[in-house]
Amino acid sequence: MTSRKAGLGRGLEALIPIHGETTSSRPPGQTSANGSSMFRLINPDGTVRDRLPVTLEEMKSLYADMVEARVYDDKSMAMQRQGRLATYAPFRGQEAAQIGAAAALRPGDWVSGTYRDAALNWKAGYPWKLLILGRTGDERGGQVPEGVNVMPPSITVGGHMIHAVGLAWAERLKGTDRIALTSFGDGATSEGDFHEAMNFAAVYETPTVFLCQNNGWAISYPVEEQTRSETIADKALAYGMPGVRVDGNDVIAVLVAVREAAERAREGEGPSLVEAVTYRLGPHTTADDPGRYRKDDEVAAWEELDPLVRVRRLLERSGAWTESWQQSLETEASNRIEEAVAWAESVPEPEPDDMFKRMFAEPTPNLVEQEREATGRG
Amino acid sequence: MAQLSYREAVAYGIAQEMRRDPKLVMLGEDIAAAGGVFKTTVGLLDEFGPDRIKDTPISEQAIVGAAMGAAMTGIPVIAELMFSDFVAVTWDMIANEIAKTRYMTDGQVALPLVIRTANGGGVRFGAQHSQSVENWCMMIPGLKVVAPSTPTDVIGLMAASVRDPDPVVFFEHKALMAMSEEIPDGEIVDELGKAKILREGTDVTIAALAAMVPKALEAAERLAADGISAEVIDVRSLMPLDTRTILGSVSKTGRFYTVEENPRVLGWGAEVVSIVTDEAFWDLDGPCIRITTPHIPLPAAASLEDMAIPSVDRIYETVRRTAGGSA
Repeated sequence: MTSRKAGLGRGLEALIPIHGETTSSRPPGQTSANGSSMFRLINPDGTVRDRLPVTLEEMKSLYADMVEARVYDDKSMAMQRQGRLATYAPFRGQEAAQIGAAAALRPGDWVSGTYRDAALNWKAGYPWKLLILGRTGDERGGQVPEGVNVMPPSITVGGHMIHAVGLAWAERLKGTDRIALTSFGDGATSEGDFHEAMNFAAVYETPTVFLCQNNGWAISYPVEEQTRSETIADKALAYGMPGVRVDGNDVIAVLVAVREAAERAREGEGPSLVEAVTYRLGPHTTADDPGRYRKDDEVAAWEELDPLVRVRRLLERSGAWTESWQQSLETEASNRIEEAVAWAESVPEPEPDDMFKRMFAEPTPNLVEQEREATGRG
Repeated sequence: MAQLSYREAVAYGIAQEMRRDPKLVMLGEDIAAAGGVFKTTVGLLDEFGPDRIKDTPISEQAIVGAAMGAAMTGIPVIAELMFSDFVAVTWDMIANEIAKTRYMTDGQVALPLVIRTANGGGVRFGAQHSQSVENWCMMIPGLKVVAPSTPTDVIGLMAASVRDPDPVVFFEHKALMAMSEEIPDGEIVDELGKAKILREGTDVTIAALAAMVPKALEAAERLAADGISAEVIDVRSLMPLDTRTILGSVSKTGRFYTVEENPRVLGWGAEVVSIVTDEAFWDLDGPCIRITTPHIPLPAAASLEDMAIPSVDRIYETVRRTAGGSA
């Protein structure tokens, strides 16, 4: 490995020792036989392993974001159960990975994520109200406000990783210093798209950050079955790019790793892979019953590693967390989400014309005829 | 006026658009120093440099997907797939992503993107490198599909495709590469969704596409000697489809034939015939007849490939046998 390619790991090592993680301290369900190292700054009990590169106010703000994301997630699950949303894919347990990654980006950077990345997308600028509108089954939720470079959630698995390569390539062609971050799960690394995207990005040296939220499960298929690689991060080696494994339930570890990968990309050093080791506490989607394929005690062990609890403990230790502050965070978040829901539910039903007019810049004569036939107008 | 071959016209058409729009880039396998495996991109690297004419790894899904990503930022992109058979390798990107992006963003995200690819048989490449797959793309909502049959149309339709704000799949026919003609001076810009009547006639209408067009014209010449006046339409654009020109012709002749290279089942002619029977039924003097490749993979053996793809003889015989009393 050249020193350039080892840059990411070296930077992290300078911040904190990343080797020597013992098997016993590794989260359950994410063990690896040879004790691969994992970068972590905040321990599950809220103690820190080194000086954190954020202020207390920034820490509180990230915590507030995670709380808001969880309120959204809970609300969405409830709404789906009430028949007010179509299928929903909860991200509970992955708030740190998503909020930490988005916090590492600059305005204008591209984000290309999945159906489970609502918190990532929101933190990067995609409004809750449009995410909700999209989940009610309205394509107008796929419209992103001007200046927000976040792609609508990718519903298919894998293709969006390649889009991030193209997005980043285009920004380099334009001479900007924008980068593209693509987020995907452990299961997506088995898609051919992962290989093509990683190789293409490396060969073209595109400013792309590959963020794998390894949440342990691809619906019912565990990560241990998904790959024989020791870690997802290991896969980077084969493509000639740095790969780093971080504790995905540690918001600051994710922030630091993604920021370093992003800055490396911005400086023309090419793509990196960040594996955020986390856990999907909920079902794959509202149509899934995880009780059929995984054990309650595994889930319970991961509940202990809740990314929000860890930061709350840290803030408690600093005297910065109180019950009333928590209450106000939840109330304010809930109010904002309710407002977004009210807006989304007030949007009138789409018109029949909409499905024809959004096909092409100008409707083709063939479609105009078909519209007349389908709508019975004219 | 310059004499240009079909293959030269591809590079000519791309160059015309690259000079016009400095943002336009192209990527694909072996398109730069090698000039493309069909020599359709010769000279482009020299004129436009390696940043705009990008060779890629053998990654069709990434070629088309990266082109889509770049197009989302407003950069117009031409992506080359070496053989049209390989659209199958990148079908997720074409059918699920590119075709649906504008729709799923309520019209917000445009993809100024052209996917160019070498289509069709007759050049002994066997079952996996000879297919005519324009009908695959035609049946996906959200794609535009063109297949020019002459050098001038290659240039004009390339310009129309590049300038179109929506994704276009552009089929270049392998068997036409050597065909050559005089092309007009100056900028050549055509229009998508316009068929062309290449030969006027009164007894029958023959609609053909790409390499089937010169065969249909030759058959029409022979039919004329037998006293059958055939109107030949080059369909050129499958999506949008110029139904007006086709229906206008059928209402005049009363007899309708398609000549299709794609295998019979759900070839593009099936859709066109269905439109004709819907819209011009009372103008018809007999059944619409599709002349197609049988529903088989294209054989590698020269004699069998020639038999499978509609030939001038088959077009001529079929029309002569069925044109009935109108002759």
